[in-house]
Formats: sequence, structure tokens, C-alpha cells
Amino acid sequence: MQKSPITKSEPDEGGHWGKFGGRYVPETLVAPLEELTNEFMNARDDPGFWAELNRLLRDYCGRPTPLFHARRLTAHAGGAQIYLKREDLLHTGAHKINNAVGQALLARRMGKRRVIAETGAGQHGVATATVCALFGLNCVIYMGAEDVRRQALNVFRMRLLGAEVVTVSAGTRTLKDAINEALRDWVTNVHDTYYLLGSALGPHPYPLMVREFQSVIGREAREQILSATGTLPRALVACVGGGSNAIGLFHPFIADEGVRLIGVEAGGRGDSLGEHAARFHAGMASGGGQVGVLQGTMSYVLQNANGQIATTHSISAGLDYSAIGPEHAFLHDSSRADYARASDAEALEGFQLCAKLEGIIPALETAHAIMPAIRVARELSQDDSVIINLSGRGDKDVQLVADLHSQ
Amino acid sequence: MSRIRDTFGKLKRCGRGGFIPFITAGDPDLVTTELLLVELAAAGADIIELGVPFSDPVADGEVIQRASERALRRGVTLGDTLRCVSNAKKHIDVPIVLFSYLNPLLKFGRDRLGDEVQGAGIDAVLITDLTPEEGGPWITAFRDHAVDLIFLVAPTTSGERLRRIAQQASGFIYAVSRAGVTGARSEMPRDAESLVKRVRAVSDLPVAVGFGISTPEQVSQVWRFADAAVIGSALVRQVEKLAGSPDLVAGVGEFARSLLVQNTHVVT
Repeated sequence: MQKSPITKSEPDEGGHWGKFGGRYVPETLVAPLEELTNEFMNARDDPGFWAELNRLLRDYCGRPTPLFHARRLTAHAGGAQIYLKREDLLHTGAHKINNAVGQALLARRMGKRRVIAETGAGQHGVATATVCALFGLNCVIYMGAEDVRRQALNVFRMRLLGAEVVTVSAGTRTLKDAINEALRDWVTNVHDTYYLLGSALGPHPYPLMVREFQSVIGREAREQILSATGTLPRALVACVGGGSNAIGLFHPFIADEGVRLIGVEAGGRGDSLGEHAARFHAGMASGGGQVGVLQGTMSYVLQNANGQIATTHSISAGLDYSAIGPEHAFLHDSSRADYARASDAEALEGFQLCAKLEGIIPALETAHAIMPAIRVARELSQDDSVIINLSGRGDKDVQLVADLHSQ
Repeated sequence: MSRIRDTFGKLKRCGRGGFIPFITAGDPDLVTTELLLVELAAAGADIIELGVPFSDPVADGEVIQRASERALRRGVTLGDTLRCVSNAKKHIDVPIVLFSYLNPLLKFGRDRLGDEVQGAGIDAVLITDLTPEEGGPWITAFRDHAVDLIFLVAPTTSGERLRRIAQQASGFIYAVSRAGVTGARSEMPRDAESLVKRVRAVSDLPVAVGFGISTPEQVSQVWRFADAAVIGSALVRQVEKLAGSPDLVAGVGEFARSLLVQNTHVVT
């Protein structure tokens, strides 16, 4: 059956995109989530809120970010013109600050003095610690022990910014476990604590709210590409962990039917369950392609035959997560977006290519988008354009890549 | 008429509070869980809650997290848990509440679950991360098999929501004593009593109080204002402490009895 193309992607009142999303949480969290939803909806309709947010995004974070024409990558691909949306140039080095500033303003509106957050690669933790320093809020960051090891520099940065970093040694010791621990903290300290979730996942209203704060990426990119080329791009390519940088770029283009939306998941080092973080990868024994509920939302979840959440592997801590944001699940099932995957090796290839050809060292998460984007560009004509979301810079990964080289 | 309602009816007629122990299935192994179900029934359990192990138990404190991990290391599944109850039910008649996170149930399949839960002799299911807003299809699925779906209420639950939850709930209402995860605490908060009062104002269902209860004093305190006390982490800690010991089952039974012994009006 031919599906009619979708031109909008808005959740219902309960935060559902079709069957995905919603609010699957212990009862104690329902009231704070309702309070947060109300506050967010009020803020969304308040021009004063946006004026302050936009001022901070401009003066503190460095927006708008440039849309850079990557001529040497374009020549290398030999097809469509490749443009890079330079979120890596933002304060703290990644798109995460867009959402952190927005939610910190909400926390302040709600009178919450204590902010908690989870972090994988450390970029969201750094962004949160940064805005907490700016607003004088107490900040506690939960981070898996494995990620603390991989991203030691970001741990130090967070502490430098005055945050307390709590190492989580439970479960797989990565992002998923950091979120579990943050949820446990929140359920215990709901009265005075704001949970500043960093990706477009978790219970309603987080997937919607994070998307709204990240959509500035796509709004700018749409204007910039129109002014640079006079026409819309043929494709947008972005890496997808939880999916916040991807949905931020994609969302303002959803009604533009001619624009392909391509998310890139972490293909890791193999096809079997536990070796990757490709939630849509429904191959034999991959564990992907299964709908489930994890951490408050219904989406595609990597899991075993008994519904236990699977471990994941990715060279990049920020993509190393068992579930994907619910709006991506909806875009996937409605065929509005496509999801590819890039292996650890392809990510490293993209990392080096981007560094050598453009003088830009991307984050390893971001690097997953490079090779698939080159393949897409190659299929198109020189009159077309493709935008890659250069979601973060790679300073934090230089040591890890150096270690891999010396092995 | 649900067996759980019968149980609370009997308790009311005897004028005593209910004792609801919780253990995790497969901790430390399934055979021991079967023996523990029988032992807890003998020790005076009015209802038993049996936890399905889950990899990401966000509502649980460290003690029950570790129990889940021990069970999962042995590969214990929902199917195993159902078989375990089925076996134990040959020896005991106490109502059993299956206590689970949603994902393992979702994976098992909603349609199949109602049938198999009923077949195993389970009387009710409590899904930690399922609210009435998302619970519609589950309520229907279980109702078709005469299985109660128990909902949680918390001190943060608004009056309006309490009313809505009460309308959807059956069996009993589980009142969470405080904002937080499961785990023993030294004192009962005032929140619990006022929450139970608020529930009573909107529902005739019995109310059980759980989260943080670990001593005989706390049990009798809860009985003063609620219909039953749930003891989870404190019992699971005994299982953990005695794991590998031949005295495990007897030791856990003894601990369960010790929670009731000072509450003399309980002895029947």
C-alpha cells in the first residue's frame, strides 16, 4: 500500500506520534512531567521567553552558525554540492547548548535551583554545566563509568564549570545507565530539581521540547541554503543517537517533500546484538527493528527475545544508546525519513576525510554522517545540494583516535 | 469476584492489616523462588508480589536492582516466572501479584499474556511504568481474563488524577509512601498517611502502602491507616545476604515472621 507523504510531524496532547512516544513512567513522575509540560507550553507561546532565548543563543552561544560550502569534500564525492551546518562552532562545541539554554530558562521560570542531567559523550553534560554556571544553578551530571573513561577531558571540563559528576557503575555503564540514575534522582528530589534531558527521547514533553529547542538548526539552514543556492537541498544527513541534532535539522524541512531526510545510526563493529546501536537495523539476530518501551517512551528499542534491553556498542559514546527518539520512529515508519548506518571504521574514515579535506575535525558522533552523505551526494547532480549537520567538534575525541592509531 | 478482593474482605472481617511481601523471581534462582513463595505463604503472607527481573529498573533502589541483575545473569525470563508461580501454586493458595516493568510484557505479547497469567494462577499484575493514560489496552486484556491491574498512586498524584486512577483500578490501590525509588528507610513519612486519606475519599478499593517499609514498627504504623503493608527491599536484602546458604529459605521466612510477631493482633 502506498503511504501518502507526511507533511507534518506533531504529537497529540499526550506526546504520541502515532503509537510512538507517550509517557511510560512511575506514577511519582507524572505530576512533575505535567507541570513541565504546562510550563513549556506557556513559554512556547510567550514572546518574552523566545526573545531572551534568542538573545542568549546569539550573544552567548554564537548563533547563527554558518552554513559552509565544503568544496573539497564536494569534489571528493563528485556529485551534489556538500554544505556543512557548523554547530561545532557553538559555545561548548556542539548543538547540545541550544537545548541546554532553552531548558535552563525553563528551570529558572519554574524556580528550580537544582539541575540534573545525564551525559554520554559528555557534550550535553558540558553544555548543562555551562548554563548552570551562567544562571547560578546547582548542577549534578550522571555519566556511565565507561564514558567517564572514554571522555576524561569532558569530565574535567564539567568539574571546572562547577558541576558534580557522578560516575554510574550499574548495568552497561553508558548513557542508558546514566539516564536511569538521573531518573532515580529526579523521582527522589522532584520538589526542587529540574531534569535537563539532553536528547529528543524520554517521556513527554521531552521529545517535543528538545526538538523545539533544536529546530533552530533547521530553520537557519533552510534560510541559508535558499540564500546560497536559491533552492532547497535534495538531502539532509545527520547522525542519530537519541536523535536531537537530526530532528533539529530535519523538522523545519518536513513539509518539503523533495528533501530527503537521512539519519545515520551507529553500525558499530558487527551485525549481532550488542555490537552496534542501529535500532532500525532489522537484520537477522541484530536485535533491531523492534518496538518497545525504554525510559518513558515507546520507540524502536534494541532488546533480546525476552524484552531485556540490549547492550550496544559504538566508537562514539554519544550514539551508544539502545533506543531512538520517538519522532524518528514515526518518521521511519511513515517513510518520511530514511535511516542508514555507518560502522566504527566508516566513522573513522569520515573523521579523517573531514579533517584533511576541510580542516574541520568533527566529533566521532558527527563523523558517522560523513561517508553516507558522500554516497548520497555521489548519486546526485552538481546542481543539487546536500547538507550535513556538523553537530559537534572532535577535540574531545582526538586522544581516543590517537590511541587507536598507536595500537 | 477477584480473589484479591476476597482476601481484603477477610482481613477486614478479622480486623487486621495485610502483609504483602515482595521478592524477585529467579533471585538467586528459580527453585529457591518457588520455595520462598511457599515459605512466605506459611509465614503469614496475605498476598505475595513477585517481581519480573528487568535490565533497567528505574523505579527501584540498589537492593532490588541487584536482585534483578542476579536473576538476569541466570537468564530468568517472564516465561520462567510464570512457570515458577504455576509450580508454587500447587502448594499454596495465596493470591500472587506479578510486578513488572512494561517492556518484558510488551515483548511477550499482550494477548498471550492475559491467558498465560491466568493459567499460571496469578491474580493481578502491577506494571511499574504504566499509567492509566497509557494503560487502556492492558486493562481490557487483563479484565478479559479476570486478572486485576493494580495502579500506583504517589504523594505527587493530584486529586483529579487520583479519581481517574481509582476509576480504572481493580483489586487494590498501591500507595507509594514517598517520592523516591524502592528501598528501606528509617522512618515513615507523613506523606503516606495523607495520601491514603486522599485515596479513601475517592475510592472504596483497599489501599496497600509500600516503598521504604522494613521494620515491625513500620508495619504496625502502616496498618493504623492502610489495609496492607508491602515489604520489598528489606526482604530482598535477606535473600541477598543468605544467597548460597542452605538456610536461605528458612532465614527469609524467619525475617518475614519477625515483621509480624510484635503485631500480636495479626496472629490468627
